Amino acid sequence: MQIEQLSAAELVKRIGTGELTAAQCTDHFLGKIRDKNDDNGAFLAQCDEQAADAAKQIDASIAAGKSPGPLAGLPVAVKDGICTAGITTTAGSKMLSEFVPPYDATIVSRLKDAGAIVIGKTNMDEFAMGSSNENSAFHPAKNPWNHDHVPGGSSGGSATAVAAAMAPVAIGSDTGGSIRQPASFCGITGLKPTYGRVSRYGLIAFASSLDQIGPMTRSAEDCALVMQTLAGHDKNDSTSAPVDVADYMAALEKPLSGLKVGICKQHFEEGLGEEVRASVNDAIDVLKTLGASTVEIELPYTQYGIAAYYVIAPCEASSNLSRFDGVRYTNRAAAENLEEMYSKTRAEFFGEEVKKRIMLGTHALSSGYYDAYYLKASKVRRMIKNDYDKAFESVDLILGPTVPTTAFKFNQHAADPLAMYLADIYTVAANLSGVPAISIPCGFDSAGLPVGLQLQARRFDEATLLQAAHQYQTQTDWHQRSPQS
Amino acid sequence: MNQTLETTQAQRDAVTDADVTLIVGLEVHVQLDTQSKLFCNCSTAYGADANTQTCPVCTGMPGTLPVINQRALKLAIKTGLALNCKIANYTKWDRKNYFYPDLPKGYQISQFDKPICGEGHLTISDAKGAFETRDIQIERAHLEEDAGKSIHDETGAQKPSKIDLNRTGTPLLEIVTKPDLRSAEEAKAFLTELKLILTYIDVSDCNMQEGSLRCDANVNLHIKVDGEKIATPIAEVKNLNSFRAAERAIGYEAERQLRVWKKDGLGIADAPKQTRGWDDANQKTTKSREKEDAADYRYFPDPDLIAVETTDEEINAIGSTIEYLPSKLRTELMESYGLEAYDTEVIVSQGIGVVTYYKTVADFLTKSASGSKSPGKTASNWVAQEVLRYLNEQNCAIGDYPISGDQLGELLARIAKGDFDQTRGKDVLAQMLENRADLEAAIEKLGIKAVDSGEVEALCQQIIDENQGVIEQIKGGKVQAVGSLIGKAKKLNPNINPNLVKETILKQIGI
Repeated sequence: MQIEQLSAAELVKRIGTGELTAAQCTDHFLGKIRDKNDDNGAFLAQCDEQAADAAKQIDASIAAGKSPGPLAGLPVAVKDGICTAGITTTAGSKMLSEFVPPYDATIVSRLKDAGAIVIGKTNMDEFAMGSSNENSAFHPAKNPWNHDHVPGGSSGGSATAVAAAMAPVAIGSDTGGSIRQPASFCGITGLKPTYGRVSRYGLIAFASSLDQIGPMTRSAEDCALVMQTLAGHDKNDSTSAPVDVADYMAALEKPLSGLKVGICKQHFEEGLGEEVRASVNDAIDVLKTLGASTVEIELPYTQYGIAAYYVIAPCEASSNLSRFDGVRYTNRAAAENLEEMYSKTRAEFFGEEVKKRIMLGTHALSSGYYDAYYLKASKVRRMIKNDYDKAFESVDLILGPTVPTTAFKFNQHAADPLAMYLADIYTVAANLSGVPAISIPCGFDSAGLPVGLQLQARRFDEATLLQAAHQYQTQTDWHQRSPQS
Repeated sequence: MNQTLETTQAQRDAVTDADVTLIVGLEVHVQLDTQSKLFCNCSTAYGADANTQTCPVCTGMPGTLPVINQRALKLAIKTGLALNCKIANYTKWDRKNYFYPDLPKGYQISQFDKPICGEGHLTISDAKGAFETRDIQIERAHLEEDAGKSIHDETGAQKPSKIDLNRTGTPLLEIVTKPDLRSAEEAKAFLTELKLILTYIDVSDCNMQEGSLRCDANVNLHIKVDGEKIATPIAEVKNLNSFRAAERAIGYEAERQLRVWKKDGLGIADAPKQTRGWDDANQKTTKSREKEDAADYRYFPDPDLIAVETTDEEINAIGSTIEYLPSKLRTELMESYGLEAYDTEVIVSQGIGVVTYYKTVADFLTKSASGSKSPGKTASNWVAQEVLRYLNEQNCAIGDYPISGDQLGELLARIAKGDFDQTRGKDVLAQMLENRADLEAAIEKLGIKAVDSGEVEALCQQIIDENQGVIEQIKGGKVQAVGSLIGKAKKLNPNINPNLVKETILKQIGI
């Protein structure tokens, strides 16, 4: 069996026993990146030297009989919106094309402490704003199942990297669906944790109250393995929750009997692709055979999710992106005076979508509009949260499609940005309400593109998500299929 | 706002000072005395090399997040309690968005609609009675982070500006009064009392040179014209960095606004709020170059921080750490030590160290059974004159004063007993300071010893014999002439008690 076909759990096991060295494993994946990146653009940077050094240390430590850590030797690709000390971190923007952070994001430190090896930085929509990777300021990543199609976004590079077997595991971030939608488009497993479950320290903020970092892997089991390291309170992030972390690996093997799965009828109304609907319905049947029962539920306010999201996220973004002003650590446009320096820098180094959202947010927060936009959207958000709280009184999980369609073609939505925004229709509610959600592959359409199934759970109940996803994957092989490219 | 009443030139010319009321509100920024910044662990020490007290958080590096400094919160609550403010059980953080090169995140973390401290008041009074004692209402006090410093080239060589981010993120408490102050003197008194309170409760070093206490004043006039009130446009005078500057700037504004209004008649609704700066060299305020269009800071709740909830028990626990407040000490000195307002102020304005020292001296004197008739007043005279003069001359704090309160009390007791007079007493004190001597050693060194009654009588008889001319004058009714004889007696024996000399001479000549 080829190294890239092994699960993350298996790689860690073999490295731990000495059957495989961390150096061999790292070399192998770095080689894959070199082979494929020109074609699929998944990575913005490859960390050959740092990765080789780290692998050497892991191997030495294993040889010395020391405890190698739960992820010892595991190569990880990290989304380029997450800060890595000494490694250029661009967030997909020309603004930060020269930015080398002096510090590691908390999750990067945690991964390194667990023995994982950062092998590269993955492509993304600029500042995580986008659903197709077309907003990367450098080049888009391509869907490994068909290079004419987008990999989704904003964590499209991470999804491509895992689907194309350039990394066994990738880290993404999800503000309105940015882990789950590309996971769905690329046929992999992607978890958006509960808001506050994983530290955001070091994640270049898009919308702070919605952003969460999470794992993108081939299987739910790998997802659980990595999540065990990512999760937990961080004193550097006040919004990270001091809630105990469950044993995710132990939860995987529990049977699903007695599990109540809510089916939200709003997720199956118009706009949902027929092939997606069919695959999701098949998935429901699989879960039933595993002992789960289904209950029809309603989430009436989620229909306003997209509207609320496209107010709140740009508002926060307009403020979060103010620091990119040409004074420190960004690129700077030549100018005669301060005001010109600000405007030229921001005009030249921000992309169109980013500028559009900054303007939307700035407008919505301005005096006289705040109540009608930000405040109203915040109220809607609370209603959506209430919907979820009520639903989870009677069900353990909520099941539905991740995205209404499979991966669309490049430029397909160029003329209609609203159609692009609707790609987030089933995913934004989890960010607005803070609940965890996972996307797992559940089939393919007639064009051979993957379909994603979304499961959502109570806040801080990632264990049940991973359990259901894993049990589903014991009965299906969608997650084991690989694209030709 | 309503249209300003239209006035004629003649009406305006007829306005006198009696028709004009000065309206002043203050915004005071207090740097809280924390070791580290409001949202990161960098030091707040003043005067370090530029940009050496910075980290990814306070330089606004992408991806970094703020974490609240708990001590800053406690100091803010303590200050609020000392200012009689309602402390919020629920407070949150908001972003104030604006672009400025020394504001690294492009927004300042502040508090908009849920400040840590709500309404309160501070009592101002004037020991000399220049204005009536009254409460100045405080609208709110909120926590926020300071910005950095822009350093512009002032040589005219147009060198690039530089930015020092050491100050960025330093915790500030912004205290906002209602427009309650009615004169420049009242404003100065408010600031003086505020600084005194902050010093007593030990929340800030209040060092104005280093910017630990900075003040903005909102000033306008209410002018009565034919029974109607007209308000002049508000001027905000920024960055007043001394009490004197605040007092003068407000006085100047009062004069300027009246002069301008008499010329143009414009009211608050006719002209925008102006930002002005105080020009200390020319003793006047000048219009700032800032743009006049109303700034829109786009406040919204900071999603990176969680709201702070504080229970009444926690607030009370912080309140119990307030040991001394100047107002309580004033009452104590006046009621228990019998001091007048003026003398009280001299002592209390020096801070808790001097107050405690004073009380030690006065208490010692009271308990000494020396017969002192007004120990409180005597102790205050000596502390205010002798001790404070020494501290000023030596530029040192009361803790460094070489003589303990008990020793000074003992010295005053000896004077009260009549062992030696006040002038000799000052010689003793000088001796103690100069040679770091204790009381007895100083007395011995000066050769002071008790003079027995036989010696006094013999000496007085000698003086009577040698000064018959003066004695005749006294006998003739000019009793005060005895003073010159006392001087002669002291020359003959410096240890002699002048009162006793006077008494004895008068007795011996039969008066």
